[in-house]
Amino acid sequence: MAVYLDHAATTPMLPAAVDAMTARLGVTGNANSLHAAGRAARRVVEESREQIAEALGARPSEVVFTSGGTESDNLAVKGLYWARRDADPRRRRVLAAKIEHHAVLDPLSWLGDHEGAELEWLPVDRAGRVDPEALRAAIEKDPDTVALATVMWANNEVGTVQPIRALAGIAHEYGVPLHSDAVQAVGALDVDWASSGLSAMTFTGHKIGGPIGVGALLLGRKTEAVPVLHGGGQERDVRSGTLDTPAVAGFAAAVAESVKHREAKAELLTELRDDLVARVREAVPDVIVNGDRGLGSGLPGIANMAFPGCEGDSLLMLLDARGIECSTGSACSAGVAQPSHVLLAMGLSGELARGSLRFSLGHTSTKADVDALAEAIGPVVGRARAAGLS
Amino acid sequence: MRVLAAMSGGVDSAVAAARVRDAGHEVTGVHLALSRNRQALRDGARGCCTIEDSHDARRAADMLGIPFYIWDMAERFHEDVIDDFVAEYQAGRTPNPCLRCNEKIKFAAVLDKARALGFDAVATGHYARLVDGPEGRELHRAADPAKDQSYVLGVLDVEQLAHSMFPLGDDTKTAVRAEAAERGLYVAKKPDSHDVCFIPDGDTKAYLAKTLGSESGPIVDSAGRIVGEHDGAWGYTIGQRRGLRIGHPAGDGRPRYVLDISPVTNTVTVGTAEELDVTGLSGIKLRWCGPEFSGRVECHAQLRAHGEAVPATAERTGPDSVEVMLHEAVRGLAPGQAAVLYDGTRVIGSATVAATSR
Repeated sequence: MAVYLDHAATTPMLPAAVDAMTARLGVTGNANSLHAAGRAARRVVEESREQIAEALGARPSEVVFTSGGTESDNLAVKGLYWARRDADPRRRRVLAAKIEHHAVLDPLSWLGDHEGAELEWLPVDRAGRVDPEALRAAIEKDPDTVALATVMWANNEVGTVQPIRALAGIAHEYGVPLHSDAVQAVGALDVDWASSGLSAMTFTGHKIGGPIGVGALLLGRKTEAVPVLHGGGQERDVRSGTLDTPAVAGFAAAVAESVKHREAKAELLTELRDDLVARVREAVPDVIVNGDRGLGSGLPGIANMAFPGCEGDSLLMLLDARGIECSTGSACSAGVAQPSHVLLAMGLSGELARGSLRFSLGHTSTKADVDALAEAIGPVVGRARAAGLS
Repeated sequence: MRVLAAMSGGVDSAVAAARVRDAGHEVTGVHLALSRNRQALRDGARGCCTIEDSHDARRAADMLGIPFYIWDMAERFHEDVIDDFVAEYQAGRTPNPCLRCNEKIKFAAVLDKARALGFDAVATGHYARLVDGPEGRELHRAADPAKDQSYVLGVLDVEQLAHSMFPLGDDTKTAVRAEAAERGLYVAKKPDSHDVCFIPDGDTKAYLAKTLGSESGPIVDSAGRIVGEHDGAWGYTIGQRRGLRIGHPAGDGRPRYVLDISPVTNTVTVGTAEELDVTGLSGIKLRWCGPEFSGRVECHAQLRAHGEAVPATAERTGPDSVEVMLHEAVRGLAPGQAAVLYDGTRVIGSATVAATSR
């Protein structure tokens, strides 16, 4: 029986989501058709939209369905940049931190290379946190030239939570739109769109027990975004493409379920996670916890740790051979693992960054998973150390 | 045993991994990323280590139901193989990077890491046979002389061979391809790799020109007369006939070949085919695939990956040197090449050619 400690990569679907999705799989209907089949599909889509809006404190018209986190991030970053620059050509500055997901970082660098965007990196502390005053300082240099700012709600690799409301408040003072990638935050933290002050927010289905391939961007009613995908204009004219009705239904069920049970689940996962960290440290006393050091802080289910003298790839392979599945938390560049840009941005050495693993817990995690890891990690680290750094 | 199968993405290593798994071993597939700048798609039969190759290796591993990982050995490969390759050319020698890679990467860096991680052996798709003889493990030629790759393995020592597996040594390439197709491996029809993997277009001269820059210099004949001009001495290979662009035909009208390259004086020496004939060599950097010999032994010497082995007498002249007298002249042997010595089908060991005699 595999020990799955990679819920931040993707987590098993919730039964409610499976039910909602499978109920629609055999049913014909394009939500844009005018006949009865179309109307039936449309009803599912709109009820799903309302369900999601309700769970996250948004209005239904603010929910733009997409194919997932990457598309939502692209739409937010490029769409906001283009719209803001088109309205005032002086707006070229984009403020972000290097701890963002590649789905934000890569569109940003593309905008820099091809669309004249000037990227300015907000500093982060050892935990990877952005100081709101740093955002203020960056905007104040020349508020009229800022196109947008983007700061993720919670980091997918180390679990650090950003002071989103404070950041959004400052951005709002200067009329700068703030986007946040909340892919890891929804269902784990108290994510309330209305009080967040954000202009746009990304989230996706498969990180919260919904299907893969569907997500959404919450986009403020007054926030303009230029589309990335042009076509039928199905979603508020800002996103085109026939919606996947079954997936949308499953996604909405997952959002509703995960938000409803958020607090109880967070408490459980925090306890499990803290136990995991403590027992790994028992077996490997020199392990270094990356991100928020304090127990109980950060995303409930994430533990990112550096194992000095080990290659993360070796650790992952040895754990995999024992049926324990985790992640190096690093991006794959052409199939070759690179040291995590997040850990490097937090000031870790390349060596420690390469020797780091992310364990992430989710709704199916149990104490037995932690027991299995606690038992395996000592010998695995011993072996990986013998193999050394190549 | 726990076996690490090195999987290039080609048909041979895929079948090798399959056979090791079928023999009841616990197999893990590993693809080596050797290039710093990987191309997305491979270009015909040339090159390797593209993203497409690692994808092919992964597909094969998935079909075999074995775990699969990519190991990034690009920096090691660059330092130990590519930099050495360039430096050897710069010094006027003609290196064989495949031997170097086997010696330093596949059966050293990879094998060492594998053993430290708890593997007992590394399996590859090389065509060669390992035989357990009275004095230990022996490396032999493959059953299929057309595919035999024992030459490029002649740098492996007893310890490395003890932890190696070559499951294809008894078969022909045709049989291996047929087996791949039968197993449903989608790489069954993939073309064989040729040439130096890090020079995808196969143009070594252009590669060296790009890496080292070009400085023209004289082409002289064996009497020292200038007969032409070259555009970078390292761009020539001993034995090369084409591309010399010698203005004046030789007096006797016979073709001229590169006899010698001297990067220090930036001179290329040319001469006739007869002058190219080599009857002896001094070898250094000895590598032993089995027991060492002292004194003289009658053997066969193979001097190129796809060359014939010629009868020879080898005499040990020091702890790390050997003189090899070739009983048949060999044309165009260059310092830097490997001389692999055979006793019948058994590989005795190898030496790097330091100097040749005519």
